[in-house]
Amino acid sequence: MLEFLQRVLGLDKPTASKKVAKERLRLVLFHDRADMSPQIMQSLKEDLIKVISEYMDIDKSGLEVSLSNESDGVALVCNIPVLSLKRTVS
Amino acid sequence: MGEVIVITSGKGGVGKTTTTANIGTGLASLGKKVVLIDTDIGLRNLDVVLGLENRIVYDIVDVVQGNCRLKQAMIKDKRFEDLCLIPAAQTKDKTAVSPEQMKNLTDQLKEEYDFIIIDCPAGIEQGFKNAIAGAEKAIVVTTPEIAAVRDADRIIGLLEASELREPKLIINRLRPSMVKKGDMMDIDDMIDILAIDLLGVVPEDEAIVISTNKGEPAVLDKSSKAGEAYRNIVRRIMGEHVPLMNLEASNGFMSKLKKLFGVS
Repeated sequence: MLEFLQRVLGLDKPTASKKVAKERLRLVLFHDRADMSPQIMQSLKEDLIKVISEYMDIDKSGLEVSLSNESDGVALVCNIPVLSLKRTVS
Repeated sequence: MGEVIVITSGKGGVGKTTTTANIGTGLASLGKKVVLIDTDIGLRNLDVVLGLENRIVYDIVDVVQGNCRLKQAMIKDKRFEDLCLIPAAQTKDKTAVSPEQMKNLTDQLKEEYDFIIIDCPAGIEQGFKNAIAGAEKAIVVTTPEIAAVRDADRIIGLLEASELREPKLIINRLRPSMVKKGDMMDIDDMIDILAIDLLGVVPEDEAIVISTNKGEPAVLDKSSKAGEAYRNIVRRIMGEHVPLMNLEASNGFMSKLKKLFGVS
C-alpha cells in the first residue's frame, strides 16, 4: 500500500539516470586518458626526478614510470632506484 | 586574411554537417564571405543539407588532382551570393586527398574569404587528419550521451596533440525536459567533464528535420529554437558576447497559462 502511494505521488523516483551516465563516463574517461602521450610521461618523469633529487640521490637511468589499469581505477607506478639518502634537504 | 575552422566530433550522427551548414549560412547572412568544405569523401552530405545537390559538377578531389580550377568546384549558394560549397567526392575514398593538399587549399581560400568552415568526417583516421590539416580553430560538437561525450574527449586530445589548442564546444540536441527530470546530462556536467569552453547549446528541435528535408538551414528560420541557438553561435564566432538562451520548454499548460497572465 505504501509502495503504491509512493508511486502515485512520485516519491520513489529511481536514481536519475544522468547520475549513472556521469559516473560511467567518469570511469571510462579515466581509463581512456590513462593512455598518456609520451611527451607528457617524459615531462612527468623529469619533474619527479627534480623533486626526489632534493631528498635523495637516485639512479636517473633506472627510473621507470608507468600507469597501470586496475579494476577499480588507474595507478601511477614508479620504480626509482635510490643510491643514497641525503642528511639534510638541499 | 580569413579564418579556417574545422567542425568535428569523433562520433558520427551528432550533427557536424547540420552545424557546418547553419554556421556557414549564418555567417553569410551577416555579410561575410564564406566557403564550406565537405571533407567526408565517399559519404558526402553537406550538399543535400544546403539544398545544392543538383549543382555539383566538380568536387574536392577534382580540385586537388587538377581536373578543374578551384573556382569551378565552388558551388554558389542559392540564398547568399558570398556563400560557396566545395563538395566531397562521392566515389573516391579518404586517401584521395592528403593533409598537405588540404593545407594548400585552405591557404589559397584564406586570401579571399573571411571564413573557411570544414565539415570533418566521423572517426579519427585519414579523413580527420585531412580535415584538421589546414585548420586554425576547432569546434567540437557533442550530444548529451555517454558515447558522444567520450568520443569528444578523445577528439579534444587529438586536436591538442595537433596544436589545435582551445577547441570550443557545441552541445547539440539537448532536451531541456529530460535535463529537468535528471535523465539527461546538463550543460555544466559536460563542460565539467570535457574541460573546454562552451560556444553554444542547440536544443533538440523538429525544425531541424524539416529544414533538412527542404535543404534550407534552420538558422534562417526565425521561429525555430535551434535556429535561434545557431544565430547566437554565429554571433559568438564573430566575437560578440551573447548570453545562453533560455531553453526551458515553454509549451506546457502551466507556462502557457503563465504567459497568458504575463507572469513568465
